[in-house]
Amino acid sequence: MRRLLPFSATAALLLVWFLAARRQTSGLFPDPLQVLNGLLELLRRGLLAKYVVASLFRVSWGYLLAVLTAVPLGLLLGWYRRGERALNPLLQLLRPISPLAWIPISILWFGVGDLAAIFLIFLASFLPLTVAAMNAVRNVPSTLLNAGRNFGLSNPRLLASVILPAALPQLIVALRISLGVAWLVVVAAEMIAVNSGLGFLIVDARNAGNRYDLVVAGMVMIGLIGLVLDLGMRQLERMKAVRWGYGS
Amino acid sequence: MTPPPKVSIRDLSMRFPTDGSHIEVLSSIDLEVKDGELVCILGPSGCGKSTLLNVVGGFLKATGGAVLIDGREVAGPDPRRIFVFQERGVFPWLTVEGNVGFGLFRLAAGERAERIAHYVKLVGLSGFENAYPQELSGGMKQRLEVARALAVNPDVLFLDEPFGALDSITRLVMRSELLRIRRAEKKTILFVTHDIDESVQLADRVVVMSTRPATIRRIVDIDMPHPRDLSAPRYIELRDMLFEEIGLAHKI
Repeated sequence: MRRLLPFSATAALLLVWFLAARRQTSGLFPDPLQVLNGLLELLRRGLLAKYVVASLFRVSWGYLLAVLTAVPLGLLLGWYRRGERALNPLLQLLRPISPLAWIPISILWFGVGDLAAIFLIFLASFLPLTVAAMNAVRNVPSTLLNAGRNFGLSNPRLLASVILPAALPQLIVALRISLGVAWLVVVAAEMIAVNSGLGFLIVDARNAGNRYDLVVAGMVMIGLIGLVLDLGMRQLERMKAVRWGYGS
Repeated sequence: MTPPPKVSIRDLSMRFPTDGSHIEVLSSIDLEVKDGELVCILGPSGCGKSTLLNVVGGFLKATGGAVLIDGREVAGPDPRRIFVFQERGVFPWLTVEGNVGFGLFRLAAGERAERIAHYVKLVGLSGFENAYPQELSGGMKQRLEVARALAVNPDVLFLDEPFGALDSITRLVMRSELLRIRRAEKKTILFVTHDIDESVQLADRVVVMSTRPATIRRIVDIDMPHPRDLSAPRYIELRDMLFEEIGLAHKI
């Protein structure tokens, strides 16, 4: 029984969905079986793998670029208070602007294609990651910093062997959340800026003949992949060197 | 001829600015500590004794006076003088071995491992080499921090209420452990505490501080050899003297 509990709400939704789809009059809204057939159709035509790979490709590049730039920048800003004072107002101004608002500008700069989508994903992850890394450093207890300084560590060594590991638990949470945001944004970006990927699939399936079974199939894939990405990131939180940061 | 003092504190004062005004925390402190001496700095909570220790340790800059160690003015923290915080100071992302070896990054791997093993054993943490601090009790974390400090072979240890967060039984055990370790490794120790009994049990001399701004009220020689009998008349006499000096009646 206990093992089935996590699946109960999903099962109930499938049932309600199935019954509701049967009672509709328009016939456009697909039932779960039609969606499953849609998925199989996509799989047969080779589109499913192609689109999933396309979406993951864009997310990987945009997200990796953001991690590689935002984390060092955030660590430095948290460490050098002056840099933080200079840059923080700008970061706070840019942060409330939805990454989607950047779509026209990214198309203007990069044209319709992968680069525009990657740029949007980069933006969506870069700002929250920078702010989170900065705060993570500021939250490092002064006791630990003083302990590190007491052993005669140079600043780079202090950054690598005290500040980074002390900030890591908070940083990993931020990495997980921003990967989730990146995955949200890739779908939106693909609806406008490119012609492949799961976001494109959803728009294309609707425009090309109201194939709502494929629309929902795309949604299901987005949900499943998002879940897998999140579970993967959660594994990082289990590492012994960071578990102390999450309470007991 | 008397040997030069290990630590000498000269006319030290410390003021913290507060909006518009300032608070005077330490006022004209003069103290000399001999090489190998264990001095307890005893005072009520919030009197500024931790501030004093932080200045001597090089973490804070005094607003007046000077601190000299081996005749040289203290300019900042130094691996020859290690500060031991309450158990909060251990690095939670490192194992026991990682913590003890933290300050040994300049050594070759072999010597490093040897030292780690030696100090893990000295503080009684054998068998816990690969444990993380969160898997240890408060007393074990405190031993770990002491081991990490001793591993870099400092001349001076600063201990800031190191046993304050431990239960009373563990605290008693830790005190005798400290005395045992001190016999093995002759160090100059400055030990801040608000616990009168602790100071009488450990110290060669007890420096009694006043309330803020902290000044030295009196320095008491604890003229008892170790191990000290906690029910000896002399022990009780010294303890009562300190109770009175601090301004506490010893009846509840």
